[in-house]
Amino acid sequence: MKKIASQIYMTLIFIFLYAPIVTLIVFSFNQGKGGQWRGFSLEWYQELFASELIMNALWNTLIIAIISALVSTIIGTISCIGLNSLGGKAKSIYLSLNNIPMLNSELVTGLSLMLVFIAFGIGFGYPTILIAHITFCIPYVILSVMPRLKQTDRSTYEAAVDLGAAPVYAFFKVVFPELMPGILSGFLLAFTMSLDDFIITYFTRGPGINTLSTLIYSEVRKGIKPSMNALSTIMFVSVLILLILSNRKKKEGIE
Amino acid sequence: MEKSRKLLAAPYLIWMIAFTVIPLLMIVYYGLIDRNGSFTWENVMAMVRPEHLGALFLSLQLSVVCTIVCLLLSYPLAMILRGKGVNQSSFIVFIFILPMWMNFLLRTYAWLNLLDDGGIIHTICERFGLPTVSLIGTNAAIILGMVYNFLPFMVLPLYNALMKIDENIINAAKDLGANNIQVFFRIILPLSFPGIVSGITMVFVPSLTTFVVSDLLGARKIMLIGNIIEQEFSTADNWYLGSGLSLVLMIFILISMAMLNHYDKNGEGTSF
Amino acid sequence: MKEPLIDLKNITKSYDGQVILDDLNLSIYENEFVTLLGPSGCGKTTTLRIIGGFETPDKGHVMFRGQDITQMPPHKRMLNTVFQKYALFTHMTIAENVAFGLKIKGKSKSYIQDKIKYALKLVNLEGYEKRKPDSLSGGQQQRIAIARAIVNEPKVLLLDEPLGALDLKMRQDMQYELIRLKNELGITFLYVTHDQEEALTMSDKIVVMNQGYIQQMGTPEKIYNEPENAFVADFIGESNILDGIMIWDRLVEILGVRFDCVDTGFGTNRPVDVVIRPEDVILLDPERAPLRGIIKSVIFRGVHYEMAVEAGGFVWKVHSTRMFPEGTEVGIRVEPSNIQIMNKPESEDEEAVGRNGEK
Repeated sequence: MKKIASQIYMTLIFIFLYAPIVTLIVFSFNQGKGGQWRGFSLEWYQELFASELIMNALWNTLIIAIISALVSTIIGTISCIGLNSLGGKAKSIYLSLNNIPMLNSELVTGLSLMLVFIAFGIGFGYPTILIAHITFCIPYVILSVMPRLKQTDRSTYEAAVDLGAAPVYAFFKVVFPELMPGILSGFLLAFTMSLDDFIITYFTRGPGINTLSTLIYSEVRKGIKPSMNALSTIMFVSVLILLILSNRKKKEGIE
Repeated sequence: MEKSRKLLAAPYLIWMIAFTVIPLLMIVYYGLIDRNGSFTWENVMAMVRPEHLGALFLSLQLSVVCTIVCLLLSYPLAMILRGKGVNQSSFIVFIFILPMWMNFLLRTYAWLNLLDDGGIIHTICERFGLPTVSLIGTNAAIILGMVYNFLPFMVLPLYNALMKIDENIINAAKDLGANNIQVFFRIILPLSFPGIVSGITMVFVPSLTTFVVSDLLGARKIMLIGNIIEQEFSTADNWYLGSGLSLVLMIFILISMAMLNHYDKNGEGTSF
Repeated sequence: MKEPLIDLKNITKSYDGQVILDDLNLSIYENEFVTLLGPSGCGKTTTLRIIGGFETPDKGHVMFRGQDITQMPPHKRMLNTVFQKYALFTHMTIAENVAFGLKIKGKSKSYIQDKIKYALKLVNLEGYEKRKPDSLSGGQQQRIAIARAIVNEPKVLLLDEPLGALDLKMRQDMQYELIRLKNELGITFLYVTHDQEEALTMSDKIVVMNQGYIQQMGTPEKIYNEPENAFVADFIGESNILDGIMIWDRLVEILGVRFDCVDTGFGTNRPVDVVIRPEDVILLDPERAPLRGIIKSVIFRGVHYEMAVEAGGFVWKVHSTRMFPEGTEVGIRVEPSNIQIMNKPESEDEEAVGRNGEK
């Protein structure tokens, strides 16, 4: 009885989360625009690949997400290691600074960065978007790596050094593999946050540079073209396939 | 060795000062000067103007409702997940994060297709002869859009907090005579408090300051404080006023977070 | 005969097709200190959890004073548990932890205050009311867990390896503490451990378990001095387990030498297992002994020397206060009353039950 109730509850939440997504996917195959179903067609997929604007925005989005995820993962991991050997007080100040971008709203983060870029005469463009994305991604990396680092046993590193490994070698051979899951999930989180971001990009981008989010926002007034739905469908389905594949592999690994 | 390792923390410290601390100081600076560069309280005091105050109250209202709805929806869900195996529950959690890979604006915009006059829900209701309501342009639509976007931010911390509770603690409470309801209110709820606090933070802050959801689902009729600040910067070009309002909003958030954390610390002991 | 307080009848429990408890029967009487002793995976904790109400047996019944409580949820049972890792409520103070059960039962404020005071005094932690569990040492947390259980005046206190996480010195202190508590409270303690020393020190009755079966039940003296099978002999203390042939009553042949013993009723010329405790082996001048051997190694253990003696093709463990240097030829003698004769397992299955705990 309890089980059925919880099953129903989960299904309802699931429907709530996925109803708009299913709508998007369905309407990407619609003939023509608007909320009415007019029959199946692939026209929006054709238009998608023909649209330089969308393709450019897609490129920008992906490149920004990859670079900012990579950079923030590297900086985040390095600072975690440094942070771990800092004393209690310095560490807690450091961590509360780190929390600011997460507690502060995206609105304020985006605005304040914009003001700084203007005040110091930094021209808006790729670099400003990247700086902004890296700034809000690092905290997520630190949050995923830090717990792993606390778990790793200091003595394994010391044992490696004791057995004659140079500290750097010992780090990469012993500590790094243990941190790997945390680093990986930090990277994925950063990548997802950057990919999905609108507000901060909106305030820190230069004219002429669009990510998917800003492009969509500028189209809202005119009505968003279903070719955007087509693009999102492709992205969503590819992630879904990746997820299912990795899940299957995990299961095989267990069995 | 130990010293050089500490130095590894330095680059990000410099980064934080340059791109987190200084930007915040800029907001404070711009918020407290006028166009001629002389000090004034005017930008900050502008918050009490009726149109701004009204927007702030509406934002507050909607974000509080959104936070409560998220909490009420997420808690049972996190409890259900707690009862499942680690493998199964982490898969379900992934299902909850997956929608984030569909663009945030597009996802929200899709609700237009569902809710609009002549939208899908409207059509279905008509076909079955049910009464139809147009939600677009109402507060309800904005709350719905916020809940939809921010729900995962509530589910995840709650799930983490509940997973941390040792089964034996629950068994100990039962052993001492507590029934399921008493176990929930005296043990599970207080022990999950840190998760509740961070969930509230992660939902309340973005929903208080959003301007996108209201833009998309409010049919441009509803102005939240986020919309007003955004417009000062993008169209009205009055950074001073925008900064002043942001500053007030920031302080407001800071105070509510401090209160929440204070309540958390107090709540730990007195909740029984 | 008295009526048992708790009576387990034909309890069977399995997880994922693996049998944990197989047709277990056990009676526990009022005011006893009973210890379930066995290696990990022997079913002792599962037995405790079934009595506590945290598991339901697949088959069988749990009786409490003649009433069937098999299906009764834990919060309605008249017994309390002290958990392995204490399971204190970290969000409450010590006083709130101790008061938990009483508040649930709706006792009056003054009653609860008195009880907290009494319980904390009983476990020697007066003045700790306002502290949080995190600020206490492991031993102190353990005592709070006990205080929290006993204020509810349970008829039985279930203790699941409560001393497992403590260091040696603390563990010994707590053993005396538990004996004192049991005597002061006058209630039944059901204690689970894998530590034979703990079991021997504290119990009135020890139940030795292995692979879901009860191997032997009895007083500590009886279990130690007269183990019923090789598993019990090996698990409780150190021992020499030898193959022997029971020639007739009171005469057994070990390693080709005949020894007088006191056991009867095993028949004639029957193969048996023989247990001799290392401290019961007497080393003496080879001329005067029935069996001769060579000292292979000597280790100083404080109270005694631990020696390995090879005699008759078997390496004997010997504990003695007198030291013989390595390589010395010695004689071996055993008092008849110190030779313990046991039936050999009748089938291979029974052998598995008896011996698997050795690994």
